Amino acid sequence: MPTPPIIQVEGLSHVYSRGTPFEKTALENVSLSVEAGALVGVIGHTGSGKSTFVQHLDGLLIPTAGRVLIGGEDIAASKDALRRARFRVGLVFQYPEYQLFEETVYKDISFGPRNMGLSEDDIDARVREAAGFVGVGEELFSQSPIDLSGGQKRRVAIAGVMAMRPEVLVLDEPTAGLDPRGREQLLANVLDYRAATGATVLLVTHSMDEIARIATRLVVFSEGRLAMDGTPEQVFSRAAELRGMGLAVPKATEIALELKSLGIAVPDGIYTIDRLREALLRLERGSGDA
Amino acid sequence: MLKDITLGQYFPGDTIVHRLDARTKIICLIAYIAALFTAKTWLGYALALAALVTVSALSRIKPAALLRGLKPLWFIVIFTGAVNALYGTGEPLAEFWIFKITESGILQGIRMMLRIMLLVCGTFLLTYTTSPLNLTDAIESLLSPLKRLHAPVHEVAMMMSIALRFIPTLIEETDRIISAQKARGAAFDTGKLTERARALLPLLVPLFVSAFRRADELATAMECRCYHGGEGRTRMKTPRLAPRDGWAMALGALLVLAAAALRRAGI
Repeated sequence: MPTPPIIQVEGLSHVYSRGTPFEKTALENVSLSVEAGALVGVIGHTGSGKSTFVQHLDGLLIPTAGRVLIGGEDIAASKDALRRARFRVGLVFQYPEYQLFEETVYKDISFGPRNMGLSEDDIDARVREAAGFVGVGEELFSQSPIDLSGGQKRRVAIAGVMAMRPEVLVLDEPTAGLDPRGREQLLANVLDYRAATGATVLLVTHSMDEIARIATRLVVFSEGRLAMDGTPEQVFSRAAELRGMGLAVPKATEIALELKSLGIAVPDGIYTIDRLREALLRLERGSGDA
Repeated sequence: MLKDITLGQYFPGDTIVHRLDARTKIICLIAYIAALFTAKTWLGYALALAALVTVSALSRIKPAALLRGLKPLWFIVIFTGAVNALYGTGEPLAEFWIFKITESGILQGIRMMLRIMLLVCGTFLLTYTTSPLNLTDAIESLLSPLKRLHAPVHEVAMMMSIALRFIPTLIEETDRIISAQKARGAAFDTGKLTERARALLPLLVPLFVSAFRRADELATAMECRCYHGGEGRTRMKTPRLAPRDGWAMALGALLVLAAAALRRAGI
């Protein structure tokens, strides 16, 4: 029997503040399934419904219509199912550093595993493993999270979610507000986690260059609907549509399109700097032969 | 769960009630409350109810929205009714231990419940139809005579408007932190009372940290814009009373007079 997709979303709709003058439809009839092990980039303009979408995966929002299945189990079926889903899906919010509360870094990272009811030994192992993924050294364990730098705080907060060793790791704009090196490092940490645990990763982001390099699949939200779904190559080849939704395309795609408009025969589906370089080198060689 | 809090919520609109000067609305509310406390008979309450229904119809605020405001208060309402029911005079209908329930007590209890509900609904009508900014401006303007007595009227009004301004922000922040901790398996809605109290720690600590951070940022931002208190500060928009404000206030006065007359006549 084939294993069911890790995430199945069927006809999901969500309406905020139903029955008040502030009623707003945030999601409309979204259906989607994600195979285990994928690295999915979730992109969309501000207010397109992507944050609402990821909060449903963790059962933090209850669908107005439709359902969400994690590993084939409807998360709204019972309280136990919901609780199981919360541990199977680890959600890292935007600016997660603001959720730190314990006296020490160690205690804060152990909050999730402790809620899972693990033994002290297991908790200790989880904390050390998670701290390792994000490069938080043991010398920080006894410090107060308040005293850390912004970047360190964020990595501690993400470790707090990784420590639950979720099968699905969802990160909502994890690199927002970090410097370029901090961004690189954080993405590398996420990739390390994925490589070590085989987890499925969903990454909500505004940075097309970032996501183009690492995603195996992209889903695009626009006005509460699923507008596109495919490989980065498929999605970024529809540059005009993306721009119509107020979204950018990766720099490499922009350059390739610009060159094409100047009459230079660059191939389609370029979305990383490496591919662009390859294509340009091939062109150069081609013209040299001629 | 926090979305249910309607305190200080404003429903934007463009009705005659929304357009009234906030000062007029406060004065009319005071008149309404005075009438409510003057009322002693059913007719008096009917008068107050009629005023409430008329204003809410004019402002196009749905009755359901008004009643929602009562939700956090149902315990106080019922408690007041029950206590009053026990303290009536006359022939007891039922008697147990030291309590006796009388007809006059029950009627008094119902009137008290009505009074609280009408009071709360009327107040909500003010906050539903007036933006917090206009409301604090109006309070500052109405209290400005106290400046002569060196009362810090401007500072109090500024504190109020900042507090009101930050209620939604803090609610949003609270929601976010609750979600984030729930995502880490925190249980806010299950467990024993002591466990629940402990479970609030992951919420309160980040909330306080961020409230202080926001306060700090706001203070800096205000100082960068050369804010130095109310001295010599002028407004971009000075509210002016329109003829309709005069009419509204006249109706408010009429309401009090009518309530007083009904009480005098005892009907």
